[in-house]
Amino acid sequence: MNEEKHILTMLVDNKPGVLSRVVGLFSGRGFNIESLCVAPTVDPAVSRITIVTKANEPLMEQIEKQLRKLINVIKLRDMTGPRAVKREMALICVSAKPKNRDEILRIVDIFRCKVVDVGPEFYTIEATGDAGKMKALVNLLLPMGIKKIARTGAIALYREPH
Amino acid sequence: MKITGAQVLMEVFKEEHVDTIFGFPGGMVIDIYDEMLNTDIRHILVRHEQGAVHAADGYARATGKVGVCLVTSGPGATNTVTGIATAYMDSIPLVVITGQVPTHLIGNDAFQEVDIVGITRPCTKHNYLVTDVDELAQVLKEAFHIARSGRPGPVLVDIPKNVSMGKTTYASLGNIKIKSYNPTYQPHQKQLHKVVKLIKKSERPLIFAGGGVLLSGAAEELIHLARRIRIPVTMSLMGLGGFPGSDPLSLGMLGMHGTYRANMCTGACDLLIGVGVRFDDRVTGKTDCFAAQAKIVHIDIDPTSLRKNVPVAVPVVGDCKISLQLLNQLLDEENLEEISAQHQPWLDQIEEWKQAHKLDYHPNEEVIKPQYVIEKLYQLTGGNAIITTEVGQNQMWTAQYFHFDRPRQLLTSGGLGTMGFGLPAAIGAQAAFPERLVVDVAGDGSIQMNIQEMATAVQYSLPVKVVILNNCYLGMVRQWQQLFYSKRYACTCMENAPDFVKLAEAFGALGLRATKPHEVEAVLAEGLGTPRPVIMDFVVEQEECVYPMVPAGAPITEMLLS
Repeated sequence: MNEEKHILTMLVDNKPGVLSRVVGLFSGRGFNIESLCVAPTVDPAVSRITIVTKANEPLMEQIEKQLRKLINVIKLRDMTGPRAVKREMALICVSAKPKNRDEILRIVDIFRCKVVDVGPEFYTIEATGDAGKMKALVNLLLPMGIKKIARTGAIALYREPH
Repeated sequence: MKITGAQVLMEVFKEEHVDTIFGFPGGMVIDIYDEMLNTDIRHILVRHEQGAVHAADGYARATGKVGVCLVTSGPGATNTVTGIATAYMDSIPLVVITGQVPTHLIGNDAFQEVDIVGITRPCTKHNYLVTDVDELAQVLKEAFHIARSGRPGPVLVDIPKNVSMGKTTYASLGNIKIKSYNPTYQPHQKQLHKVVKLIKKSERPLIFAGGGVLLSGAAEELIHLARRIRIPVTMSLMGLGGFPGSDPLSLGMLGMHGTYRANMCTGACDLLIGVGVRFDDRVTGKTDCFAAQAKIVHIDIDPTSLRKNVPVAVPVVGDCKISLQLLNQLLDEENLEEISAQHQPWLDQIEEWKQAHKLDYHPNEEVIKPQYVIEKLYQLTGGNAIITTEVGQNQMWTAQYFHFDRPRQLLTSGGLGTMGFGLPAAIGAQAAFPERLVVDVAGDGSIQMNIQEMATAVQYSLPVKVVILNNCYLGMVRQWQQLFYSKRYACTCMENAPDFVKLAEAFGALGLRATKPHEVEAVLAEGLGTPRPVIMDFVVEQEECVYPMVPAGAPITEMLLS
């Protein structure tokens, strides 16, 4: 059966050890984590965890059920598909030789990124977007020489009904 | 008025009707122990913390109540891990209280500090570190609630010394609710209608009952269901006793060492109704071939059990007892005689299988056969004892040759397969039922894993009986070596075992031995009739194997029969 990428978000109790329960479940049962984001919501007692995982359909069913079984998981939703907005963020330090500087700035402009740090030999770019955009941006910057990159995993929210 | 954390603990114990605690004191629980002296709670001092958890587990399995144990921090806590994992795998409700170093020392590698919450996270249903005495009552109430509700399991509460010494105001919390924890007891009616439809169509139905039947107290409903439309019942190891083993509709246990007829039925049935089971690999064999002709109905309270190991046509999430009650109500509307009649050819076929290969062994006049000891034990107890087992051949022969007619009669480590479980579990069961006969069937290997608990049995006059099937081997591993590793007995020979008779006497118990078949009955009769702890050492055939046997990973219908 085909493995597909899924974005799961869950509301959890904002207590010590809760992240470890979630992550331990994945490692203990051999589930895969591609990326992970955690931060409190507006309610300080509740955090939102977003996990990108790859699994076939029956395994996905197990992952969701196992997560729901955790006492500290309040709510869980699969955000895969167009009904949710997804974003990732990256900070990319790219080598910026004089011959490349204009091209890099054009790319920054096209991708609506920001240059947040400048040096004689580099730009550090702040970029946000969905997974496809981030991949395209990285591919374009690779030939210039990416010195360092820091990326977040995806976060997602369901679109509110209009 | 303010009371201490230790007093809060006692208040909650009282509210939760805790009458017996199994434990072992230490520096970080000394305040709790001190407070316990002011209560009526009976504390049973074990000799090793693993024994405390298994004893609480045995108590819980025998009574259906939550088992409680109390140990100190560090090594006291880590010694509980095997016991906790054992209870977790078999869904046994336990509350394990561990002491912890004071909160200001946590993380400092203090004396006897260990992150027991981190260590037991994957083998508890839930666990807690209490950092504030004001939260203690709530946490303890939640712990009992979680342990006993839904699919039961062990819950660990780690209490730092300054929390048990700290003061707080206390008011009873009554029944509590947890926002994110709502087990589904009530099954979907729609799913049950589908089950009835399948039952009506089925010519070769089979019920497969597991530990969930015992945990939810669904035996009566199961018996009603099976008898009224004559559906044969097979059981997992954990399910034995959920349906009377001596009932003609009982096929006995299925799986790796299941009966021939139970395994053949599984291969041939057209409808398999799993009740409170999880389709463990020891039951299914090769999953692709398991019940390949059948539509599978699976009733369980834990949604993660459904469709985990085998494809399921009709999943029913719900409490086994409630689900079977509702199913029986729906069947009231049907023509039961007609349904029952259409199973006749199937029952005839099963009878043929039964006659073709009964559970059997070659009796011997010179050497005691282990199966013979179990048969005699069954006869002499009239099938009425509570039986615990260790793990391995002793466990399988007990499952095969002792016919359990009632729930909570067999206490055995099914999921984790923990050697050393039987004796402390027997002590726990005996503590709950002082008047009943409690027998631990053991091997010479496994009994040595927690033999120190004989001292506990003697100290508290808990007259448990230990039956050792002594073959000088780690028998089940030796059997695998014989059958699959060209008889290369790597490290399975237990030479230099202690003299169990003298050992029993050293503990202050009675020790008896039989070396010839004709002595078996007399030794059993004397041992079972003695009103104090007894070890009976049966020197049995060394290289006897448990049959039938399905080699690991093979289809369940492909059995080695001798």
